[in-house]
Amino acid sequence: MTQTRNLIDENGKRTDGRTTDELREIRITAGVVKNADGSAFIEFGMNKIVVAVYGPREVHPKHMALTDRCVLRCRYHMSPFSTDTRKNPAPSRREVEISKVMREALEPTLMLEDYPRAAIDVYVEVLQADGGSRCAGITAASVALADAGISMRDIVSACAAGKVDDKIVLDINDTEDKEGGADMPLAYMPHLEKVTLLQLDGILTEEEFNKCLDKAIKGCIMVYEVQRQALMQKYFGNESELREEQ
Amino acid sequence: MQEIRRKYVVPGDRIIDGNFRPLFNVIKAGNSIIATRVGIAEAGREGVKVIPLSGIYIPRVNDVVIGKITDHSSLSWEVDINSCFSAHLPAQDVFGRDFSPARDDMGSQLTIGDLITARIIAFDRSRDPMLTVQDKDLGKVPRGEFIKISATRVPRLIGKRGSMIQTIEQSTRTRILIGQNGIIVVTGKDSDGIKLAVRAIRLVEEEAHTANLTQRVKSLLGVSDPSRQEPSPIPKPQNVQKNDELQSSIQGVEEELKEEVEEGERT
Repeated sequence: MTQTRNLIDENGKRTDGRTTDELREIRITAGVVKNADGSAFIEFGMNKIVVAVYGPREVHPKHMALTDRCVLRCRYHMSPFSTDTRKNPAPSRREVEISKVMREALEPTLMLEDYPRAAIDVYVEVLQADGGSRCAGITAASVALADAGISMRDIVSACAAGKVDDKIVLDINDTEDKEGGADMPLAYMPHLEKVTLLQLDGILTEEEFNKCLDKAIKGCIMVYEVQRQALMQKYFGNESELREEQ
Repeated sequence: MQEIRRKYVVPGDRIIDGNFRPLFNVIKAGNSIIATRVGIAEAGREGVKVIPLSGIYIPRVNDVVIGKITDHSSLSWEVDINSCFSAHLPAQDVFGRDFSPARDDMGSQLTIGDLITARIIAFDRSRDPMLTVQDKDLGKVPRGEFIKISATRVPRLIGKRGSMIQTIEQSTRTRILIGQNGIIVVTGKDSDGIKLAVRAIRLVEEEAHTANLTQRVKSLLGVSDPSRQEPSPIPKPQNVQKNDELQSSIQGVEEELKEEVEEGERT
């Protein structure tokens, strides 16, 4: 990761015009796939991702079933047209890895012991990729799981932070990911205040790491608000604010 | 103790602080009660619960369900009950205790594709649900229009003491069998009536959580004066099982329905 040009200008603006503490624009819609039990569509900057959740349902092949809890299966896949040069649709090493970390990021929030001998399938399909598609995928998957009515301890929100031009910035985009100093995706449960995914690509000092972590957590909390709004909008429409009655 | 409070929640939301009993779809975390599903939270004297608005059917003992025979072994039928667990109906339950796989032909009673109304007699974490048809109004469903809705919409479709379903049945001259698992069979002599009933059920499914639903269903069915149309003392369909959860969900919509009626009278 060698930096070739300045990614932050003299006004403190990044390549896409954001400040160091700004997220890209996020839009989430819940319930977009009619055939799925739960689904969500997320636009996270230039990322466009559809997530469909099926289940709990019977496990096939049956030998994969666990007697004490539910099996969570995740599939992260990038469409051939999601990148500027065609991506081979066969699962790559990177996709297999992201599927695994995504499953591990979602597992702590799900109450899998409520559905023994069943399976939950999460399909994450990237339609258009920009930097941070794993974070966007986890964010949307979490909304889709809640939409499917699966018991969850909390919603998982994900957001990356990183180092660009020796500055710690929030929500790394594709250019900053490729040309910047470090990229640290983080998945976080905002109510439980627990981290479920932490990866780091690049080198940070201890101080930088702490800054980066704080910034990513703040980003996750902002992402959470959008997730919550999406669910509220689907289920309660415009009257979504707290309604308390006697 | 505080009075009943209701609010809309998503997983992770704190419903209330204090020493409350968690009932269902909630967890206790420290001194707080946290919602685990999207729905309407209710905190009352008996405890705190969330009435979910989405999710598949999880079997409970004593639920009456409608299922489809998908397969059979030499001793039991396998029944699809619209859940992540497939249920079993033992052949002994249909043929009696002297059932013999060699002598009795299971196909003579139920074949693959048949619909049955059955009660769940056993279900826990370690075994698949077991069914029985040995009760009044249980057994094979001979005819009817088959509809699947989300199991979370069933309490709303039944309404306060069966009011919603009675309204639909009376105005469309149909009989509606509802399984707790969200499978519904509509029967009637008049095909237009059946079509109308199906439309009304779909409306309830789509708009289950909105206010003034009864009013809209009545206007769809062409019931003229909704506020004066009190449910006549026709007995509730006996296959409709009211378990604790259902009962409490019905209580939940009771207030809303009462408000609707009051509004109707005012206007």
